[in-house]
Amino acid sequence: MADRPHPDRDLIQGEWTEKTLVEKLLEPVEKPPPRPWRVIVAVGFALTLAWLYAIFVTFVQGLGTWGINQPVAWGLDIVHFVWWIGIGHAGTLISAILVLMRQNWRDSLNRLTEAMTFFAILCAATYPLIHMGRPQNFYWVFPYPSSLAMWPQYKSPLSWDVLAIMTYITISILFLYLGLIPDLALLRERSQGWRRKLYGWLSLGWTGSAVHWQRYRAVYVLLAGLATPVVISVHSVVSLDFAYALVPGWHVTIFPPFFAAGAIYSGFAMALTLIIPLRRWYRLEGVITERHLDWMAKVTLAAGLGVAYIYLLEIFIAWYSAEPAEWAQQVWRMTGPYAPYYWAMMLINVVLLQTLWFPRFRKNLTWLFIFSILANVGMWLERFVIVVISLSHDFLPGNFRLYFPTWVDWTLFLGTLGFFLFGLALFIRLFPPIAVAEMVHLFHKLRKH
Amino acid sequence: MLYGLMAYFDSPERLLEALRALRGAGYRHLEAFTPNPVEGIEEVLGGDGRIPWVAFALGVVGAGLGLFLQIYTSLDYPLNAGGKPLLGWPAFIPVTFELTILTIAVGIFLYLLYVNGLPLADHPAVRARSYVRVLLDEYGVLVYASDPRFDLEGTKALLETLGAEVEEVRRA
Repeated sequence: MADRPHPDRDLIQGEWTEKTLVEKLLEPVEKPPPRPWRVIVAVGFALTLAWLYAIFVTFVQGLGTWGINQPVAWGLDIVHFVWWIGIGHAGTLISAILVLMRQNWRDSLNRLTEAMTFFAILCAATYPLIHMGRPQNFYWVFPYPSSLAMWPQYKSPLSWDVLAIMTYITISILFLYLGLIPDLALLRERSQGWRRKLYGWLSLGWTGSAVHWQRYRAVYVLLAGLATPVVISVHSVVSLDFAYALVPGWHVTIFPPFFAAGAIYSGFAMALTLIIPLRRWYRLEGVITERHLDWMAKVTLAAGLGVAYIYLLEIFIAWYSAEPAEWAQQVWRMTGPYAPYYWAMMLINVVLLQTLWFPRFRKNLTWLFIFSILANVGMWLERFVIVVISLSHDFLPGNFRLYFPTWVDWTLFLGTLGFFLFGLALFIRLFPPIAVAEMVHLFHKLRKH
Repeated sequence: MLYGLMAYFDSPERLLEALRALRGAGYRHLEAFTPNPVEGIEEVLGGDGRIPWVAFALGVVGAGLGLFLQIYTSLDYPLNAGGKPLLGWPAFIPVTFELTILTIAVGIFLYLLYVNGLPLADHPAVRARSYVRVLLDEYGVLVYASDPRFDLEGTKALLETLGAEVEEVRRA
């Protein structure tokens, strides 16, 4: 209508019509997958099997197979729990907050990152479950009238955690599924055999009725509005699991925003790690443009700066509080046997992060890809610093003890990584990794108005 | 059996125009199908303003449930944790918040399915031969044969003058 082209016009590059755009977006589902897909499925499946074996060993022989001890009763499993939950956050943020802010660039990214969220939470949720030691009794955390006449303790952050994670899983699945319904209807009409049946069931008989669309949109925006505070609350609650304790290194009031910033940082980094290869393997440069990646790098930088700020603040608070155990903990981090972990974390999350200020680095996809992996390593190290290093050095010197993970710990970690990749690979084979209906809508907005 | 006439338009503006014209001509029993949400459709087909209110009501229920759960369990099994008051309400905020959101999210999703009449096994529009087009890049109107103003030739002519490709929708 206007003569001037839409300011976001370059979010979809290349010559498309609605039809060719849809064909392109459905390629991952309808065409045979590229070779790297097969490799990822194979590796992911093998690691998933190893994961199941490690869980089996844990169940049969007990937690003695892990490296946890006293005082480091929270070992790699809790490190990984917090790490995976953090990774999940970018998905919800991209889908929810950017919907509310009417950011057009989210439409190319939201489906894949929501799927990433879903698998990341699944990975995360298994850790507390197997860490219980008696996983068969996990349902004790739910409020049900039992013959023990006991209820969960709702003044404890651990029981908040259960509810926060469960709410988060539920709302992420609903959000992902709601977004998928129109695409499922399209796939249903375009496929045959068992796929047609599967999509038919899953699409719930969606017809595309305009009145349905109007209500659908209202609910979608509403769910986005609800998911936004949930994301922030989930990682804040996870941080309170720590901050409620008196352990030096945990007992800082800055923890909730600290954890939330770290989650956004690692989540966006993981999203970049997944999207850069996906874009190349499936030739999606026209819809996931350099501008998208640039924006993601900027969000990573912003969240990372929050994290870096709090690292420095932690040192200041430990010194300024003049609390001997707190300060001893800081010094132990920097000079103790775990110092390489601490300094590696500082190097990545504070020093290397600064490269993202410069367009030259942000636009260099090789560096962006490497940095996104490094950022996840950095966040892993941060969780390690918080969980393991803090616990290994509390108030009493007689209590100090180092922590050595066993092969079961490592297999449980690599296993979830494999499961994550395996799950995502299957997901993009069955469901379009880019939201088709939303992209076509965006295309219409950009080109026809 | 004839279900009605399916008309395909190539742009949302055309669709809105056609819907207005059909409404003006007295048609009541019709449905529009679009590949994505069309702005301004509420003015023609009527909007649904209930969703925010339903969400609000669900939120009140959820918050009540959350508070009830925590107060009840605290009184039923009183525990002195670090000398904190038995009903220390600030500690109840996170669980109340999460249960409020959970109730709204699940409730509003089920409500959406309910008002839209989903899941639906069969719909006349899907029987149209070119139906897939309204999921892809075209905008469809289904005028039901049950409409009192429906007249096969007349309606078809009207839709064609509005610039649509028209198709008859029959059972099987």
